[in-house]
Amino acid sequence: MTALMPVLSKHWDEVDSFTMAGYQRNGGYEGLKKALAMEPDAVITAVKDSGLRGRGGAGFPTGMKWSFIPQGDGKPHYLVVNADESEPGTCKDTPLLLANPHSLVEGMIIASYAIRANHAFIYIRGEITHVIRRMQQAVDDAYAAGYLGKNINGQGFDLDLIVHVGAGAYICGEETALLDSLEGFRGQPRLRPPFPAIAGLYACPTVVNNVESIASVPAIFAHGVEWFQSIGTEKSKGFTLYSLSGHVTRPGQYEAPLGITLRELLDMSGGVRAGHTIKFWTPGGSSTPIFTAEHLDVPLDYEGVGAAGSMLGTKALQIFDETTCVVRAVLRWTEFYKHESCGKCTPCREGTWWLVQILKDLENGVGKAEDLEKLLDLCDNILGRSFCALGDGATSPITSSIQYFREEYLAHLSAGKCPFDPVASTLFVGARA
Amino acid sequence: MTLTNNEVATSVEMITLTIDGFEVAVPKGTLIIRAAEMLGIQVPRFCDHPLLDPVGACRQCLVDVEINGRAFPKPQASCTMPVENGMVVKTQLTSPVAAKAQQGVMELLLINHPLDCPVCDKGGECPLQNQAMSTGRGESRFTGVKRTFPKPINISSQVLLDRERCVLCARCTRFSDQISGDPFITLNERGALQQVGIYEKEPFESYFSGNTIQICPVGALTGAAYRFRSRPFDLVSTPSVCEHCASGCALRTDVRRGVVLRRLAGDDAEVNEEWNCDKGRWAFQYATSKNRLTTPLVRVDGRLVPTSWPDALATAAAMLEGKRSAVLTGGRLTVEDAYAYQKFARTVLGTNDIDFRARSASEEERAFLGQIAGTSTSNADIDAAGHVVLVAFEPEEESPIVFLRLRRNVLSHNLTVSTVAPFRSAGSKKLNATVIKGDEIAALSGVQLDAHSVILVGERAARTPGLYSAVLEASKKSGAKVGWVPRRAGERGALEAGALGNLLPGGRPVSDPSARVDLASAWDSSTLPAEIGRTSDEIIMAASEGTLISLVVAGVDIDDLPVDARAALQKAFVVSFEIRESSVTEFADVVFPVAAVVEKSGTFVNWEGRARSFDRVLDDVSKFSDARVLSMLAKEMNRPLGFGGTASAGKELHALGPWDGARVSAPTAGPKSVDQGGNAQLISWRMLLDLGSLQEDEPHLAGTARKAIARISAGTAQKYGISSAIKISGEAGVITLPVEITEMQDDLVWVPENSIDSQIRTLGKSGRVTIGAAS
Repeated sequence: MTALMPVLSKHWDEVDSFTMAGYQRNGGYEGLKKALAMEPDAVITAVKDSGLRGRGGAGFPTGMKWSFIPQGDGKPHYLVVNADESEPGTCKDTPLLLANPHSLVEGMIIASYAIRANHAFIYIRGEITHVIRRMQQAVDDAYAAGYLGKNINGQGFDLDLIVHVGAGAYICGEETALLDSLEGFRGQPRLRPPFPAIAGLYACPTVVNNVESIASVPAIFAHGVEWFQSIGTEKSKGFTLYSLSGHVTRPGQYEAPLGITLRELLDMSGGVRAGHTIKFWTPGGSSTPIFTAEHLDVPLDYEGVGAAGSMLGTKALQIFDETTCVVRAVLRWTEFYKHESCGKCTPCREGTWWLVQILKDLENGVGKAEDLEKLLDLCDNILGRSFCALGDGATSPITSSIQYFREEYLAHLSAGKCPFDPVASTLFVGARA
Repeated sequence: MTLTNNEVATSVEMITLTIDGFEVAVPKGTLIIRAAEMLGIQVPRFCDHPLLDPVGACRQCLVDVEINGRAFPKPQASCTMPVENGMVVKTQLTSPVAAKAQQGVMELLLINHPLDCPVCDKGGECPLQNQAMSTGRGESRFTGVKRTFPKPINISSQVLLDRERCVLCARCTRFSDQISGDPFITLNERGALQQVGIYEKEPFESYFSGNTIQICPVGALTGAAYRFRSRPFDLVSTPSVCEHCASGCALRTDVRRGVVLRRLAGDDAEVNEEWNCDKGRWAFQYATSKNRLTTPLVRVDGRLVPTSWPDALATAAAMLEGKRSAVLTGGRLTVEDAYAYQKFARTVLGTNDIDFRARSASEEERAFLGQIAGTSTSNADIDAAGHVVLVAFEPEEESPIVFLRLRRNVLSHNLTVSTVAPFRSAGSKKLNATVIKGDEIAALSGVQLDAHSVILVGERAARTPGLYSAVLEASKKSGAKVGWVPRRAGERGALEAGALGNLLPGGRPVSDPSARVDLASAWDSSTLPAEIGRTSDEIIMAASEGTLISLVVAGVDIDDLPVDARAALQKAFVVSFEIRESSVTEFADVVFPVAAVVEKSGTFVNWEGRARSFDRVLDDVSKFSDARVLSMLAKEMNRPLGFGGTASAGKELHALGPWDGARVSAPTAGPKSVDQGGNAQLISWRMLLDLGSLQEDEPHLAGTARKAIARISAGTAQKYGISSAIKISGEAGVITLPVEITEMQDDLVWVPENSIDSQIRTLGKSGRVTIGAAS
């Protein structure tokens, strides 16, 4: 039985966890002091050795990403933190920044020191005004405390940290679109190569990391590389935030070592809502192929989820019980992708437009059986054909849901309508009478 | 498909790869899609354009790629990936995965594309239509609702946008950003509702907007002038050359049943790549305007009346025979026609009084041109240059394709541009040019030049005495090359043909007896006049004094001449050669109608000295070239020219060959301007789109002309209390314009030379004006 392991979320229940005083009372900025005492290259090596991997979805080793920045090239280097959390189901960075913004600031200082950047940016999604304010306050407090600005901690390192507010576009979570947006252009993904490590922000070497990845860095230095290595599984080291939402008794953030299973997490969170059973769930947000009850014991680390046919993604565990129509859920997600497609490439732009129309017909029971094959063929023409990964992601819920619930799709057709009562899946179902 | 210069490196490292089983070696840096073309394998594409940066947006060109035995897990966009040694590429011809990927993208492109090919201008020459045939499926699987928009939108007065046809390849927006530097259009909105849009306060007023229509791979962008006029398969296309400026763009002229319906940029990597300007594209209606001359006219009892060719020829011959005469050719002639005029002047009229310069012109310039004739400073020199200095030359306004080349080089390698100019113009901004203000001669002497520099000097240098001499001096000192870029298409050709008082064909000096003897024997003529001919303003003076009795005048607008010619034309016998009624016509005693460019063959010589020959577009046997009419007139006067028309005139000029003897003496600075009075110096140049007579009858084009404004410095504005509008008074008239405060020297006022509300000809001939606030 894996136990919860709160690190980032350890003090969220303290009233002042988001303040400088609260953070420092619990050992905040101690990791920074240790890191600044090391050579920058040694900091990169330590992060590499820790085994920390990107928490934004792809799971790329964080230290390796930092080591790609060419040193001594005479160009400015930049650190950019992707806080444009917008995927349906994904809700880890928002509470983290709300309750513990200084962990990100501290991590960014360490990362900037390591890659030799004097400017760092947080690209934060525009809708979450309350988080932006806390983040801004945390940055101001860090400047006042001498952790940012000139000659940090008297150790000769300068860093300016800028909180940049996006305008609410899912595509700006794609790292190169984020960079375009940060530069003041319309957010659309860039052609790669060159990769951001070579030509990122303002065509200079740039590291783009997820909030949680960077926020996890201070703990590595505060508690040591070995400590971090000892957590998690063989190739997926450390702790992470699992976000449980949907038909679960106590939804929320559950911080645990990588490799925990959904069965264990459901035990901790009071299980699927009373009187119901799990039908399907996402391991890492809407872009990751869905799982069913048969996957409850899949270890939720990068390898385990991958081996089972999905992706760890953002560890956004959306739980759906048997009252939920999978076709309806997939249609909702697909409408999201259609709405958020940036329009740059044909497969995603036109494909999502079409997918929504076919899914609507299927959900309404007016489609044809061959529409399922058309849908799958269409997904085949989008997956791996679009410009960025967002187009690929749009097909995941469709192909995986047809894989597990083809019968349910067909039932819509034979019934001529959706066989589910949509209210039955809502929280207000009991209030209907 | 053409290769750009950028893609063919000078020291070529070759890369060997295999495409569909064929091994091919291509220069390093070549994109897969281009390497496939070299094998004759056409990969379908939309966003890809060889002159634009790769973008990989449409995903139509997906192919399977393997490097060192490792296959990419998914098909790759062949328009963005450079070749590598040992790469194995499988296109749609050999890879079922690539073929399905391409078919999938094509199907997706078509779901939101209307089936309006039968009424679409692009139908029949449409890359989407063609590639839907090669890569699409016979029947659509899409049964849903297509995206629709209200249609069309005017994104400028001449470019219309049908948004539902757009495949969002971004060629137009990338062209405007990367090539012309006018990013007035951009993609707005998201997803399938993404669309090309304009900022409403800054419409798509680019001089190069027509190119976006030409490179649009669907019918989304159409030209107002051509929309719904024709089907591509009803057009007969003729390669042609633009008559509007000295850039000398290759064009394609499309005709349906004897009517020119449109013109497109032709491909010529050495001159205009695949671009042209909007004037070259759309200003061709003048040839069919209602004031077109169709028969000869003679003046009877003070009125011009139609007459027969024999009568007109006899009347003209009588006016010229035995009378001291001169020739003003204007700057629009082909080299063959110019050659005919100068031979007519020298062998029939017995004079060197001929000048092609219907503009500010000087003796100094003639001597300067004597150094230029027969030489070549070319686009290749611009490409090789590290520094280009512009003198009395605004390329975007006065030779727009030179501007595009400069801009391309500024962006793609380390070309720096300096300009000796009164202020930073919009064009100079786009060239990132260093502006050197103040006295032009002093400014020029301060510029750093070396053997890798090029000085491009415009015809306006004739307005500043000493400037041409200073250009040659600077070139001599540094080894920098000099390019002379006149504004009009015919001037360089007229120079080479010898339509100038001091120069015979090929730059032979009139003053050189051996040159005259050479030419006399070639022309089978006993002697040639030895006296240096008059300049255009001297010709006008002589005519008004009665020293010259008759004038032969070709395409000249009287108001373009630096002196008032009305009295002179009134007094002299005037034989006019014109396409349409002009300001000369009312003074003419005989008028010969001549062929417009589309009705004749010929050669323009562009600013480089490059011959740009073209064939007749319209087979209208009733239209005669200037050379043909002159040969008839010469015959009438019993001194035949020895050729009957354009082709034989050109052959004769060619046979004369270049001159290898001494050139005319180097120029010396003429007297400084003597203009007095007023409180400000008037400076001016022409806008690309203005009231020029070849732009008549094209309202859509005129709609994108820059609105006229006056420019003065802040100091001048304060001195005269001018805030929003300025009143400029000359000896003959007044111009009132909105004013824009500009970083420039005090006591100067700049206005466009010949634009709506701003024709400086109405002010009189003096460069001094009085400025004040307009009420």
